[in-house]
Amino acid sequence: MVPCTGRVEEVVMMKAFENGADGVMVVGCLEGDCHFLEGNLRARRRVERVAALLTDAGIGGERIRMFNLSAGEGSKFAAYAEEMDQHIKKLGPSPINIVRGTPQPVASQGERT
Amino acid sequence: MIVGNAKPLAEILQMIESHQKIIIAGCHGCVTVCRAGGEKEVQILASALRLAREAVKNPLEIREVSLERQCDPEYLETMRPYAGDYQAVVSIGCGAGVQFLAEHFAALPIYPGINTNFIGVTERQGEWAERCQACGDCMLHLTGGICPIARCSKSILHGPCGGSVDGHCEIDKDVPCGWQLIIDRLRALNMMDSYEKLRPMKSWRTSRDGGPRRIVREDLTR
Repeated sequence: MVPCTGRVEEVVMMKAFENGADGVMVVGCLEGDCHFLEGNLRARRRVERVAALLTDAGIGGERIRMFNLSAGEGSKFAAYAEEMDQHIKKLGPSPINIVRGTPQPVASQGERT
Repeated sequence: MIVGNAKPLAEILQMIESHQKIIIAGCHGCVTVCRAGGEKEVQILASALRLAREAVKNPLEIREVSLERQCDPEYLETMRPYAGDYQAVVSIGCGAGVQFLAEHFAALPIYPGINTNFIGVTERQGEWAERCQACGDCMLHLTGGICPIARCSKSILHGPCGGSVDGHCEIDKDVPCGWQLIIDRLRALNMMDSYEKLRPMKSWRTSRDGGPRRIVREDLTR
């Protein structure tokens, strides 16, 4: 958890995949509502760049997505998390986890709340 | 600064195909400023290469380093204690850095991780533009501080060509005519007499036409 998506460097997202993530969702404030003016807009461009790098690396750029919501939209966060969860399940494990033979945990409803 | 940009990952992967243990060397100089070869870019490239290689069951061990400057020997030498433990180096310094590394580490293949583009400026965040071609005989005092060598697509020296239309160059409507820029500025500075002066032909011996260049400062050499 970081206080602003503007602080999320590309390498942080890349490291998540190196550490075994099948997918990464970056959740920032609503566009136009950034306390630091354009932190979330910068984050979106970084997410796009990382997606391109992941495609080039054979991992799949579709495994990273950015979402925007306000701090008060808990139910929307849950819906986005559910959407991302389903999206990644459809894609299956990342090529890294296939090579590593990492067993895939099945997230329970409780883990997502 | 010297401006560069990243090579495609596939090209770098091909260069290092036969290696399992490499160094990625960044530079804290110009390429850090233009976001092509600094510490952050070393980390990103290393991560992308590790992922790409592990995904094809050919893992890669990478030492990530970022030298103060790759164009000065004392900083290159900081790699000496461990360089022999690796099979190759991918340098994301400029072309000078890549070559200087190769000169200093004769037994190691050195690969370029970026393309070196030009001497330029940051016009706005994320956008760089050429300003100097290092011709070796600066004439900016005569041209309002705007270089006809670098800013005119033809590098012509006595005013705009017929391809200058509404202040733009015929090669691309988004490229300003270098000579239009010069004349506008000379007018604004009330220095148009400088434009009217006939000048002798420029000697290009100080540029690349004279072969690889070298400067020796006797007052500084030991």
